[in-house]
Amino acid sequence: MSVQSDSVRPHPVQAYSPREFHRQAHDALGNPQIRANFRKAMDGLMTKRHDSFGDWDLEILRELGANIRLRALAKLPDLLEQLEANCEANGIRVHWAEDGDQACRIIRELCESHDARSVIKGKSMVSEEMHLNAHLEEAGIEALESDLGEYLVQLNEQTPSHIIMPAIHLNTDEISEIMHDKTGTERTRDVDTMTAAARQQLRERFMAADVGVSGVNFAVAETGTLCLVENEGNGRMTTTVPPVHIAVTGIEKVVEHLRDVPPLYALLTRSATGQHVTTYFNMISGPRKPEEHDGPQEVHLVLVDSGRSSIYQDDELLDTLRCIRCGACMNHCPVYTRVGGHTYGTTYPGPIGSILSPHLMGLEDTKDLPTASSLCGACGEVCPVKIPIPDLLVRLRRESVGEGRGNVPGAGVKRTRKEAAAWKGFEWLATHPGVWRAGTSMAGKLRALTPSRLGAWTDYRSAPKPAGTTLHALVKQHEAKRHQADKAAEEKRP
Amino acid sequence: MTPVKCYPSKPEKVYFFGTCLIDLFYPEAGLDGIRLLEREGIEVVFPEDQTCCGQPAYTSGYQQEARAVAAAQLDLFPEPWPIVVPSGSCGGMMRTHYPQLFAGSEREALAKAVAGRVFELTEFLVHVCHLRLEDRGEPEKVAMHTSCSARREMGLADTGPVLLAKLGQVELVEQARAAECCGFGGTFAVRHPEVSAAMVEDKTQAIEATGARRFVTSDCGCMMNISGRFAHQKKSVKGEHIASYLWRRTS
Repeated sequence: MSVQSDSVRPHPVQAYSPREFHRQAHDALGNPQIRANFRKAMDGLMTKRHDSFGDWDLEILRELGANIRLRALAKLPDLLEQLEANCEANGIRVHWAEDGDQACRIIRELCESHDARSVIKGKSMVSEEMHLNAHLEEAGIEALESDLGEYLVQLNEQTPSHIIMPAIHLNTDEISEIMHDKTGTERTRDVDTMTAAARQQLRERFMAADVGVSGVNFAVAETGTLCLVENEGNGRMTTTVPPVHIAVTGIEKVVEHLRDVPPLYALLTRSATGQHVTTYFNMISGPRKPEEHDGPQEVHLVLVDSGRSSIYQDDELLDTLRCIRCGACMNHCPVYTRVGGHTYGTTYPGPIGSILSPHLMGLEDTKDLPTASSLCGACGEVCPVKIPIPDLLVRLRRESVGEGRGNVPGAGVKRTRKEAAAWKGFEWLATHPGVWRAGTSMAGKLRALTPSRLGAWTDYRSAPKPAGTTLHALVKQHEAKRHQADKAAEEKRP
Repeated sequence: MTPVKCYPSKPEKVYFFGTCLIDLFYPEAGLDGIRLLEREGIEVVFPEDQTCCGQPAYTSGYQQEARAVAAAQLDLFPEPWPIVVPSGSCGGMMRTHYPQLFAGSEREALAKAVAGRVFELTEFLVHVCHLRLEDRGEPEKVAMHTSCSARREMGLADTGPVLLAKLGQVELVEQARAAECCGFGGTFAVRHPEVSAAMVEDKTQAIEATGARRFVTSDCGCMMNISGRFAHQKKSVKGEHIASYLWRRTS
């Protein structure tokens, strides 16, 4: 395979913040590599998803998925208690964390109690959300990501740009360069060669790791089972090779019955990657039993709240918690496709991120995210559990201008006197039809004076000009003509 | 589950809600919509006091202001006639969001009743009028952009193409990623101008690549956006509201 030139460099490592959405979007839009990588990847994912549902009645399955999630949320407090009891009965120690910091401390203390120096990680977005790796590193514990995409992102000192495919912003050449820079792997464009190299590098670390940390896709209350969906086998290695396994997840991931899992799993894999099944589906129901030869000696489950129970207090917003983290909303989002995941500056990018992040980080930092959508509805259309994402985006816009219920942190932060006055003015005009007609009619008469520049609109488009006559006026003329014609017809009649 | 929509038989009278964009920028499109309905023998009543459905305030989060504007429109349709709207976006606002806006208030029943009578123009022409068309125009290729609100909120991906298929001389060509948003999104285009511009750039390229010199749409917001982009680039591709296109070719 050809060795590529030095001209392709992974784009520079930088910190992203949701406060800088506009600047980051500007940078991403101007970066042809980012644009091409996302467009190609999202086109592929959309096609795969579409094709994968050929064997199911998609709408029936989505309805079922939504109902399963809603039922679980309706019983959430009880199910969490049941989950705890059944996990404990299975030998899984359950820990509760009010926020990310507390969850980090719990995991660190568990590591310290085993004198752990090295942690191997399966993919977990909750651990990203709480910056677990940085926390462990501060305590002198090395945390290594074992999901291939996460591994690459970690090598490149970045954060994931997608919740399912963390390194989707990188293309083959960039990945080759990162692996060459950081691990000394020979440059290549052959994906299999690179994968084999990463596999070799990771394999050694699995064997040496003191603790494995993983996420959870579904936590089954009635059986105390932790389900983990993955493709690379790194999840199984993470949860079986090290002597201690710590699973960490948000409290909303609980489902009531074991029988709830197959429909959700069918939806998850098809929606995420277009797969009918993933290569691995792990069902973890406790530590190694005395007669067993392998598996961890201890299994822990850390249940993280981190703002979720406050979302749960609001009957509209709690739909956010249905999410099964498939990423279909971002794959189908025309905004995400163009600006990429890092632009959002949040752990969860795209539409789901824009309705979840304000709760996790507050509207002060995230006020530009709910507006970063044309409300085209593609996200809501593909969501496997039918989260009304566009409605929730509007709800958060309401919160950010102070016209919601006020129960999102930072509510009202976006309200400015000028904009509020403008909308009051709009209301006044649109509720005074006589004035409205006079105004629109005047705008038509003065159309020659219409500015040819209208802010950012005219940087890319010509300015619309009012027509010379309004529809109100045209209808009047039209009715007069019709009336005349009717009259004439009547007169002609003998 | 997608509910089965039951359509009424063709009424004697309908209300026409012209929308503010049509009122101000594209009045001919509104009038052509009215002409199409009248040609089907329907008397069209245009309530003079109509202004705007309130959607711009609604999607910007200004709920009280949107509710006040919507409340003023609710009173305009006292008779039980269908309300025809030449826009999926405004139609979607009235059909889906009016009942939400007034939920729990004394106007809830009225909002629901009005919402239940709202039809998007192409929907009404196809499903209620069972429109038949005699094409008198020259052979032509045309592209169609169905607005996201018509397509997803109102579930009307097909009614525009169904009408165009009734024009014998017209070949409807499909652009790449036809279902993708054009980037208008109301205030989105103003709040996130660069992202919106990237979207409309892709949309115009896709339409241009079909070889069609004309595209039609049933939403004037999309048209203002897409045509505005074509004009800015001095491209000859022209946009037209589907009502005007149908009327022009068959009258």
